[in-house]
Amino acid sequence: MDLGRLEKRSAHEWEIPRRGAMRVPAVIYATEALMRAMDDKVYEQAVNVAALPGIVKASYAMPDAHWGYGFPIGGVAAFDPAEGGVVSAGGVGFDISCGVRCLHTGLSRADLASVQAPLAHELSRAIPAGVGSTGAIRLGEKEMDAMLAGGAAWAVQRGWGEPDDLERIEERGRMSHAKPACVSAQAKKRQRDEMGTLGSGNHYLEVQEVTEVFDGAIAAAYGLAQGDIVLMIHCGSRGLGHQIGTEYLKRMAVAAAQHGIALPDRELACAPITSDVGQDYLGAMRAAINCALANRQILTHLVREVFRRMLPEARLPLLYDVSHNTCKVEEHRADGGVRKLYVHRKGATRAFGPGHPDLPAAFRDAGQPVLIGGSMGTGSYVLAGTKESEALAFSSACHGAGRAMSRHQALKQWQGRQVVNELAARGILIKSPSMRGVAEEAPGAYKDVAAVVDAADAAGLARKVARVEPLICIKG
Amino acid sequence: MAGRWEHFEHGADIGVRGRGATRAEAFEQAALALTAVVADPAAVRPGERIELACEAPDDELLLAEWLNALVYEMSTRRMLFSRFAVALDGTRLRAEAWGEPVDAARHQPAVEVKGATYTMLRVAREGGGWVAQTVVDV
Repeated sequence: MDLGRLEKRSAHEWEIPRRGAMRVPAVIYATEALMRAMDDKVYEQAVNVAALPGIVKASYAMPDAHWGYGFPIGGVAAFDPAEGGVVSAGGVGFDISCGVRCLHTGLSRADLASVQAPLAHELSRAIPAGVGSTGAIRLGEKEMDAMLAGGAAWAVQRGWGEPDDLERIEERGRMSHAKPACVSAQAKKRQRDEMGTLGSGNHYLEVQEVTEVFDGAIAAAYGLAQGDIVLMIHCGSRGLGHQIGTEYLKRMAVAAAQHGIALPDRELACAPITSDVGQDYLGAMRAAINCALANRQILTHLVREVFRRMLPEARLPLLYDVSHNTCKVEEHRADGGVRKLYVHRKGATRAFGPGHPDLPAAFRDAGQPVLIGGSMGTGSYVLAGTKESEALAFSSACHGAGRAMSRHQALKQWQGRQVVNELAARGILIKSPSMRGVAEEAPGAYKDVAAVVDAADAAGLARKVARVEPLICIKG
Repeated sequence: MAGRWEHFEHGADIGVRGRGATRAEAFEQAALALTAVVADPAAVRPGERIELACEAPDDELLLAEWLNALVYEMSTRRMLFSRFAVALDGTRLRAEAWGEPVDAARHQPAVEVKGATYTMLRVAREGGGWVAQTVVDV
């Protein structure tokens, strides 16, 4: 990105001042090195979002921002319905409520050593992963609607998890105001065989070791210590969310024109929050959030069953579950008062600071756990929401590393088998039904997640707590 | 001109582009490019036939509709398609697609397509033929 067009506010904050159709400025949080490497399209897209009706304060981009659809990936924008604010299907993305959850295992590296290979094998057998895979759970019409209204709470009621899991999930495991009736028959059909499946692409399930602790006090509050083995699951709302994204993108393209909203890019399709289309989308999108939460809950159950067989002494309580493609109604201070805003986070993680009333008591002083997934060969991070993040970007932080090269380039550069062998030599076991998929997801195809996390920490968006490194990775 | 397809780069995702002598052929080639995001079309046997139909207000939205109809069929039937016959009547599309169920071992499918976006969406006459392209989310 050409930095000449931005004003540097601090070492980690860059502003695009208001001009032309922009209603508010755009702000990007990143180091100078990340800014220089960032796609020019992020600039263009952040500016376009700043021109949407009812946007409040600024259009934000996180340190891992990259070229998305309409909104940048790594984009955060809040809208006020009282000022004609909009909701945008593109501002949430196709994989609604894609997110990461982290489970404790109570095990150490030594405990894992003797079972690492058989555990990898059993997990790969138990977790349906990859294109065309199906889950064991089939939902009839009534049960599908119950799932869409109930989320992870529905899954726990059905025996896939523990009641204690729920307070460790955003929205306590159930997104309220979901409207299953606003979800099409096609979207439900697409989900019919996909409950409890991992998906493909950058989705994964990893067994990881805590290799570094940056903030001992918060790590202790989270129950993390160096050498602990944890397990992370990265996936979303599967076919149902993808279909809702597709259908409402189309409806909103029509609605935007009807409401006289000029769009510089069709992908920015949106509708007033108070309009019928806007309300229908919010109802369907919340149902998709519940689908994602239920899906990650079922996967958690499958994981626990494997551990129960192989390591009966292990307990796998939930550390936390975050979503990074959402639109949520939240109260934030803006322009001198507390306002109820519709906060879009596309490839960005909610990061509530200490004292936030929505956090479980255990995290009230530490702030919300923010789980950042890396590539399969590098590491992932646990961060904590900060007090100052609310003023910076409506309590939001980054979500991952982002690709450094295309899938096509990665496929030319690596062979899946070679990637698996190289990682095995480093003690990391990869299980995937597709060697092409592994090549496309090679660690070298991703940017350095450490640089993104350091920038988020330095900017004050979230605080670094711990780094984890993979030992087993199940890829779709 | 003979029809052909290609991919183009879009950050984390992939652009699909079809070229052909006619608009219909460009749409068929874009569909092949879509399959190639997931697996090598040459490895997909065109054994089973399905029919599809869709319509949209303009050519570009019709391309997105066509690709999304295929994404839906791939997802719900758990199939891959390697041969297409598209007939266009204004902004109405009827098509046949031939393929087979996904075979993870033989197809080595890399990634599922979530949907066709409106990013870089373009259907136009170009160089004596037609080009049809958009970015798909994976």
